[in-house]
Amino acid sequence: MTAQNSNSAVLQIRQLDAWFGQQHAVHGVSLEIEAKTVTAIIGPSGCGKSTFIRCLNRLHEEVPSARASGQVWLENQDIYASDVDPVRIRRKIGMVFQKPNPFPAMSIFDNVAAGLKLSGIRRRSVLREVVERSLRNAALWEEVKDKLTAPGTSLSGGQQQRLCIARALAVQPPVLLMDEPTSALDPISTAKIEELIQGLKREVTIVIVTHNMQQAARISDKTAFFLMGDLVEYGDTSTVFTVPKEERTERYITGKFG
Amino acid sequence: MVPEEKLATVSTVQNVTAHSHREKHFSDRLFFWFLRAAGLGVLALLLSIGFFLFRASQPAIEHFGWNFLGSQNWDPVAKDFGALAVVFGTVVSSILAMLIATPMSVGVALFLNELAPRPVARLAGFLVEMLAAIPSVVYGLWGFFLLAPWMRSTVQPFLGEYFGFEFFPIFLGPPYGVGMLTAGVILSIMVTPTVSSICREVFKAVPRANREAALALGATRWESMKVSVLRASRVGIVGAVILGLGRALGETMAVTMVIGNRTEISSSLFAPAQSMASIIASEYPEAAEKLHLAALAEIGLLLFGVTFVMNAIARLFVWHVKRRVNG
Amino acid sequence: MSGLLFLAALAALVPLFSVLGYVIWNGAGYLNWDFFSKLPKPVGETGGGMANALAGTCTLVATASLIGVPWGIAAGVFLSEYGDGKLGTVVRFATDMLASVPSIVIGLFVYTLVVVPMGGFSAMAGGVALAIIMIPIVARSTEEIVRLVPVHIREAGLALGVSRWKVILRIVLRGCVSGITTGVMLAVARVAGETAPLLLTSLNNQYWNLGVTGPIASLPVQIYSYAISPFDEWHGLAWAGALLLVLMVFVVNVLARLVFGTGGSGRD
Repeated sequence: MTAQNSNSAVLQIRQLDAWFGQQHAVHGVSLEIEAKTVTAIIGPSGCGKSTFIRCLNRLHEEVPSARASGQVWLENQDIYASDVDPVRIRRKIGMVFQKPNPFPAMSIFDNVAAGLKLSGIRRRSVLREVVERSLRNAALWEEVKDKLTAPGTSLSGGQQQRLCIARALAVQPPVLLMDEPTSALDPISTAKIEELIQGLKREVTIVIVTHNMQQAARISDKTAFFLMGDLVEYGDTSTVFTVPKEERTERYITGKFG
Repeated sequence: MVPEEKLATVSTVQNVTAHSHREKHFSDRLFFWFLRAAGLGVLALLLSIGFFLFRASQPAIEHFGWNFLGSQNWDPVAKDFGALAVVFGTVVSSILAMLIATPMSVGVALFLNELAPRPVARLAGFLVEMLAAIPSVVYGLWGFFLLAPWMRSTVQPFLGEYFGFEFFPIFLGPPYGVGMLTAGVILSIMVTPTVSSICREVFKAVPRANREAALALGATRWESMKVSVLRASRVGIVGAVILGLGRALGETMAVTMVIGNRTEISSSLFAPAQSMASIIASEYPEAAEKLHLAALAEIGLLLFGVTFVMNAIARLFVWHVKRRVNG
Repeated sequence: MSGLLFLAALAALVPLFSVLGYVIWNGAGYLNWDFFSKLPKPVGETGGGMANALAGTCTLVATASLIGVPWGIAAGVFLSEYGDGKLGTVVRFATDMLASVPSIVIGLFVYTLVVVPMGGFSAMAGGVALAIIMIPIVARSTEEIVRLVPVHIREAGLALGVSRWKVILRIVLRGCVSGITTGVMLAVARVAGETAPLLLTSLNNQYWNLGVTGPIASLPVQIYSYAISPFDEWHGLAWAGALLLVLMVFVVNVLARLVFGTGGSGRD
């Protein structure tokens, strides 16, 4: 069964539900993510935005007693179909986490190459080129090119996060999910990464969860507003932030709650 | 720029289809089963110990029945065996050990946690850990050549002179040196590191605020400790003591070398005695007769059961305290 | 009152210093080249050493490690990765209980399990007994160390599209190598000093035994049998053996503190 293809949608989410045990965290969300855009997911704490995004790379179900149902179509494939291997899905949909998490006991080079190496790609020449390319795309190459063998953990917080971005980019996923990637960083590193995201969207579709509305307004093309597990509003960022269609959106944007 | 062919290699990584899905899951499952087997194997070992000991004690169980527990005879020649003497030896030496070790350990723990300056506490803590790491046979060596003679020449005569009463004859009788008292003393030394380190953990868990509250009310340092730290840690201390008791019950080499190895019950602490562990260690290697071996195995089974129960209870106490602390 | 507490602390430490002091005082003189190279002499003759006991301990510890280390690490990884359910609780309890079984009882168990079927005492049996002692120690320390690796590291590995077993083996465990090694070292130091179980499994041997069958000498057992003998010469050798054991234990503990005390994470 194929999905009807809007021309530029790379991810089509249909009636996605997610549970933690009995707790229903995401309620039947349907959404289409357009290719080569930055889509921001905003909403107050506990609204389900992190849970939602973790369903997109099937990471949600790795937690015991967590489950999800619905369809998520990526390039003519429903990632929740029964014959799909979640492990391989995650190579098409990468993720960057809130807290920078370079792999311990691994050098910068090994960190970036980890996704490839662990999938069986061993040729040094391939690895070296991919690592350089990824680090350049993550705006980190110049800073680390002379110390690729240094431990990943020897970098500063902002650099570590860019390392994690490079690591995710190395397997060349068409979609990159980012779960509050700058909330643990200082303003300068945050600005660097926001700049990076603007550049990356030319090649990768980005979905970013953020609790910082200004950030969403700055960097995203489309914005989705979640509240208590429901998708309340989804549209162009400029529209959502200036003339939102829903009253709840308007109240959140203007700071009446959250 | 990465040449096309190399990018192609990378994109094979992207292939999402199903055929390797089952294979990937297979290695995941294999790995999980391997780990699970290791875990279950531990459980299997534990159960096997009980089972095999039970089987090895069968001849003695059938022959003596429950009388085994009530009889203090131990005669390999007449083939008459009973566990009472060694149970007595184990219990008395261990209780003695805990009587000495508990105040000492609590004192050490309080001192290191509350009074000593940080670097001293760290060094002393390390030394106490070293005490725990010294092998039992080394303690036995020291006990046999140094502690026992000292007990015989100094401590026991002193105790006998001032505390040797006819109506309470625990300090009566010739000062052998090796015997129940010395075994108790050496056990207390060996058990102190364990008890004190658990006490330290338990004390550390008492929030600062409790101590400060007591001090603010005008209590002295000691009163504050008594009220805020000790009282709150009662359960944990009991757990530590029971754990220490569990270790004392099973301690073998040091006890074997200083307890005197006489399978007899006596009213004096100076007299030589025998514990469950020491009788197995000293007689098993040479025992050849079936009933003798089975009797020793039954003692081993008893020892296994008693230490199991003690340690299970202790764990419940300590676990309960940890739970309360972590909320 | 503070004075009393200080005395308590002193009382606990005095035996330590006494033991260490006498072991050094009495043993140092006998810890010479002969000790390391010669076999025990027959009763009554002077001289001789504990070379065979040292070799025997090496054999026993190696055999024990071959069985106990992989088993213990696997059990520890199981407890940390899959140990949060009912089975995990049961296994964890069993591990703690196994760790507190008196070593003489373990010797008794291995006697019925290995010595009787094999028809005699052997280094193999001794190794098995020591392995059983090692397993829960290694498992507990491994679990503690692997649990320290934060969940989001595992998630980052999964998010790259790496299968779970690879995430555990190649990413998580890679960061725990020094910690696990420390745990193993401490377990090895512990079993190297065990005597009781060996009395019932590997017994002793006055000569070389470089294989795994047949009785084998070991340092702790030799110390014990010399200590209870009536010969001064042998007492001296026993002290020397004790000194060696204490030195080994001390070195391993200090090394463990140094290696793991500074963090354990870092380069591989």
